[in-house]
Amino acid sequence: MKAVLPEDLREVFSKAGYSGSWHKYLKVGDWLVLFLSCALVVLSYTLLWRGGVADRAIVKRDGQTIIEISLNSASKTRVEGPLGTTVIEVQPGRARVFSDPGPRQYCVQQGWLTRAGAVAICAPNHITLELNGRGEARYDSLGY
Amino acid sequence: MTLSVIELPVTEDDRRIARYTAAAIALTVAEAALPSPLPGIKPGLANIVVLVVLLRYGWRDAAWVSLLRVVAGSLVIGQLFAPGFFLALAGAVSSLAALFLAVQLPRRWFGAVTISLLAAFAHIGGQLLLARLWLVPHDGVFYLAPLFATAALIFGTINGLIAARLIMQVETI
Repeated sequence: MKAVLPEDLREVFSKAGYSGSWHKYLKVGDWLVLFLSCALVVLSYTLLWRGGVADRAIVKRDGQTIIEISLNSASKTRVEGPLGTTVIEVQPGRARVFSDPGPRQYCVQQGWLTRAGAVAICAPNHITLELNGRGEARYDSLGY
Repeated sequence: MTLSVIELPVTEDDRRIARYTAAAIALTVAEAALPSPLPGIKPGLANIVVLVVLLRYGWRDAAWVSLLRVVAGSLVIGQLFAPGFFLALAGAVSSLAALFLAVQLPRRWFGAVTISLLAAFAHIGGQLLLARLWLVPHDGVFYLAPLFATAALIFGTINGLIAARLIMQVETI
């Protein structure tokens, strides 16, 4: 088996006990390329995996957008519907229906919405809350 | 019927390329036995051999070893002409293109790690492109790009370091 190996590899294997630190194999340009490569990889995550992150809440009544709220800062917004007032609460990165006059409270019980495309529908009061991310929405809606 | 003998002259270059290719195929087969978290993420240990050949004997020999390794390696693990074979071929061809350029860099400042990293990124680039054009005609494949890029960064660096060490040892013997 050994005779099959190329000469130089055989010599390397015969010195298997050899040890040394690895940084001496890196030249100045190698460090530079390594650093740029790390930056490129981090950039690829931020560019390609940001899609699911929501950055604004859209509140609609009867399908018409009433207000768009940025998810950057906390706020509470009151929206009037046929039954009364629906309160939308926003915190950084998420939003929920805080209260609603509807009889069954489905949209309130849905809790915090965090992903782009997630929707809470308060049908009795004709109000919907949905989250949008950057670029075009990839889902019509997202349910759990 | 006359008996004709076809003689294929074997040069020393052929023997050397065959030996390195054999080492690369052995690494390919050993690596195929390793479990992988995601299909397509592999250390690419055979590329260490390609790097060593590139730095010692030049691009032409490296291209021979790389392409023979892909064909013979997939023959051994039963992948010839399966989708994985074409992905491996796309990776090999694009990383050979990168190697062709990378080896022109001044050797004083850029060593095996640079060459290995550039080849690794070209490798996943070529594979993703082929996958996008042929296997998964949807931009969803690029969703996996960060994972592949991470693997290219890690294994490209490690393979480059190993190649650098092999070459330094060979040259000091």
